[in-house]
Amino acid sequence: MGNVLPTGRSEEVFDDAKPAMSREQALAEANRCLFCTDAPCIKACPTAIDIPQFIRKISTGNVRGSARTIFESNILGMSCARVCPVEVLCVGACVYNHMHSPPIQIGRLQRYATDAAFDADWRFFEAGQDSGKSIALIGAGPASLACAHELRRHGHRCTIYEQKMGVGGLNTTGVAPYKMRADRSVQEAEWVLRIGGIDVRHGATVGSSVSLAQLEQQHDAVFIGAGLGADSRLNAPGEDTPGVVGAVHWIERMKLGCVDLSAVKHCVIVGGGNTAIDCVREALGLGVRSVTMVYRADESAMPGYEHEWAAAKKAGARAEWRAVVTAFEGTPSLQRVRCQRVDADKRPVPGSEFTLDADLALLAIGQSKLGQLFAGLAGIALDKGRIVTDADGRTGRAGWFAAGDCANGGKEVVNAAAEGKRAAIAIHNHLLQRSSGKSNGRPHA
Amino acid sequence: MPDLSTNCAGIKSPNPFWLASAPPTNSGLQVQRAFGAGWGGAVWKTLGQPIQNVSSRFGATTIRGVQAAGFNNIELITDRSLEVNFREVAETKRLFPKHAVVVSLMVESREEWRDIIKRSIDAGADGLELNFGCPHGMCERGMGSAVGQEPKINQEITSWAVEYSTVPVLVKLTPNVGNIVPHGMAARRGGAHGVSLINTIKSIISVDIDRFVPEPRVAGLSTNGGYCGAAVKPIALHMVAALAREKDFGIPISGIGGISNWRDAVEFILLGSSSVQVCTEVMLRGYRVVEDMLEGLTEYMRTHNFATIDQMVGRAVPAFAEWGDLDLNYETVAKIDANKCIGCHVCVAACHDGAHQCIHPSTNGTRVPTVDESECVGCNLCQIVCPVPGCITMEEVKNGFQPATWNDHVTNHKPLRPKKGAH
Repeated sequence: MGNVLPTGRSEEVFDDAKPAMSREQALAEANRCLFCTDAPCIKACPTAIDIPQFIRKISTGNVRGSARTIFESNILGMSCARVCPVEVLCVGACVYNHMHSPPIQIGRLQRYATDAAFDADWRFFEAGQDSGKSIALIGAGPASLACAHELRRHGHRCTIYEQKMGVGGLNTTGVAPYKMRADRSVQEAEWVLRIGGIDVRHGATVGSSVSLAQLEQQHDAVFIGAGLGADSRLNAPGEDTPGVVGAVHWIERMKLGCVDLSAVKHCVIVGGGNTAIDCVREALGLGVRSVTMVYRADESAMPGYEHEWAAAKKAGARAEWRAVVTAFEGTPSLQRVRCQRVDADKRPVPGSEFTLDADLALLAIGQSKLGQLFAGLAGIALDKGRIVTDADGRTGRAGWFAAGDCANGGKEVVNAAAEGKRAAIAIHNHLLQRSSGKSNGRPHA
Repeated sequence: MPDLSTNCAGIKSPNPFWLASAPPTNSGLQVQRAFGAGWGGAVWKTLGQPIQNVSSRFGATTIRGVQAAGFNNIELITDRSLEVNFREVAETKRLFPKHAVVVSLMVESREEWRDIIKRSIDAGADGLELNFGCPHGMCERGMGSAVGQEPKINQEITSWAVEYSTVPVLVKLTPNVGNIVPHGMAARRGGAHGVSLINTIKSIISVDIDRFVPEPRVAGLSTNGGYCGAAVKPIALHMVAALAREKDFGIPISGIGGISNWRDAVEFILLGSSSVQVCTEVMLRGYRVVEDMLEGLTEYMRTHNFATIDQMVGRAVPAFAEWGDLDLNYETVAKIDANKCIGCHVCVAACHDGAHQCIHPSTNGTRVPTVDESECVGCNLCQIVCPVPGCITMEEVKNGFQPATWNDHVTNHKPLRPKKGAH
């Protein structure tokens, strides 16, 4: 499959920020769970994992059952255990917070159960009886993997068209390595694919090597799980100077290969989202002494999670708030970043220019949207580059569905997993409806 | 400052906390360390013809992460020679003259009883405890609970011991009987100065589900053991109280059974115990647990205006009644403190699945459940499962009915309030 990752990758220097639990730790933590009814943690989970139930199963030694509970709701439960922002999801909703007591470490418990499943190679799901239907899925990221797995349980054949050689999408190439390394994501994708009947075509670029018309002709339905495109650009003078790099691109290089930061004394990260914070922690972790984030608004307005920024600060991050980059300077490579303060309405403040020394600047100001690829298809509507769908992933074009970052604009892995699975059920209902001759109406339950 | 000094059936100790006859009182050095840590008395590990023990000997039950909530053992009486034991009893009394050293005894013939009692008293014992309770090993040889389960034998052996003893005699009773009262009465008729209860309960603590052998496992077999530890406290409290309220009984009780802290001790004293004996908690945590027991009891006595232990003994016994004397018209309902509720809905599940379906998720968008007071029978289950102390309280409802017990109702036709939760 071309998924063999080299050793000596830069990401390998990072230890897990939240290490695996020992059996003793897991039992002690699992026994603290109150087994809430109608639990807030379940409601906070986009995939609605029955968290109290999986935790209770850990406490009784039924680890296999625990893992089954998790994967039944979220086939990507192993990676989500590591990469989910649990602080703002399940753990943030734990009732212990209202008791001013430490909330249950749900993510780490989920990792305990799902790691055990991977270590023992437990399999829980079988493909359904062949339906004779086939679905094309664009992209091999979390949304498509979750969608394809669910479709296989209903017996539909799947073909994933992936332009890269790897699987797992951003889960493989974009997750901060102190949460999960690339090899674990690849391992998970392969584990998911082992349900069988999912053909992954690497190097297949939809729109060039395979046309949308071909997809529609050859398959009974199409699922778009294409994710997001290249890093957005600031369009500031000097942006093409060597040393100015898109954040997502740089993270991918760091995770799949090696980036040499030995000559980097000062790194500037532009942006205030979670990708920016990841870059800050990654650069610090790779030995850069001076790492400064430049964000155009106040600390309180940054879109990145508070708990992530707190960890970055602890690691030594600095920030310039209410500042924008006006130019990148240096020859033959980057030497400094020119900045300017902005007011509350993001208007430049005259006379507030300043410079920051920088050997490396990472632009973490978003990624381009890929919806335009599908703009030519009648019925598919776009909203600022996002593919518009209903809650179950239906686009306006019959037989075309979409989920994950390309539809939600860029959220968590767990959102992609939830949406991908929901779309699979919608696709299944669509196919059932079509074969029973109904042209419209609500899908079967 | 409350006075903790204790006189149980004539056996005096600086406080009511005694170590029960068990592994923690196996040797002189252990008992001396225990006295040094603060224990007021110790009942020596049962003396008799030294036995040979098995390996392993203990088992425990764990629930939701609480280790050894219940405990059992298949260990027998002392395996050390009587000479060594008596020498250590004497040494202990020499070092701790004001502490109570009670010697537990278990032998067969009248001559053996006479001999071992004399040697115990010669060694300096402050009292004797007749082990009529051990439910494993010794009973199969006609001792222990084999004696305690037969009131006639109990009375007879007790009368021998009382005849030969110049120090107070306690009879240790077995709980492995249907009704404890005739057995306590048999000890009294035999002349016992007091009783101690409960001994352990016949039990199988667990099964090794991979080997298909109960535990504790001795090679490929196991046997029934004696159940003890925190989980047996309710059984012990009932038996202590059943004797304490028996009007013809009237001799002191040393309470035993699952006492793990000062609160447990207070409960035993309020139900009629003049001293309390502890084993399992010490086996699990060591002698130093007594520090909190002493402090907690002292503080309890101070805040409840008890100057002496005697003033506490049996204070809750009059409130231990028969079911037929309970007021059927007394009514309580659950109240949930919205400020304390954390929204776990554990009470909702408990009430719906285990009680009377009267606690419902709120409909106003909060996580604080609603109690349907017209359906709430006041059972307490929600209060028991609630993880937040003081969040759910049971409040009395004035329903306008005069008190009426079942006995009142049957004999005097007193009116009863309408039933709740019965559909």
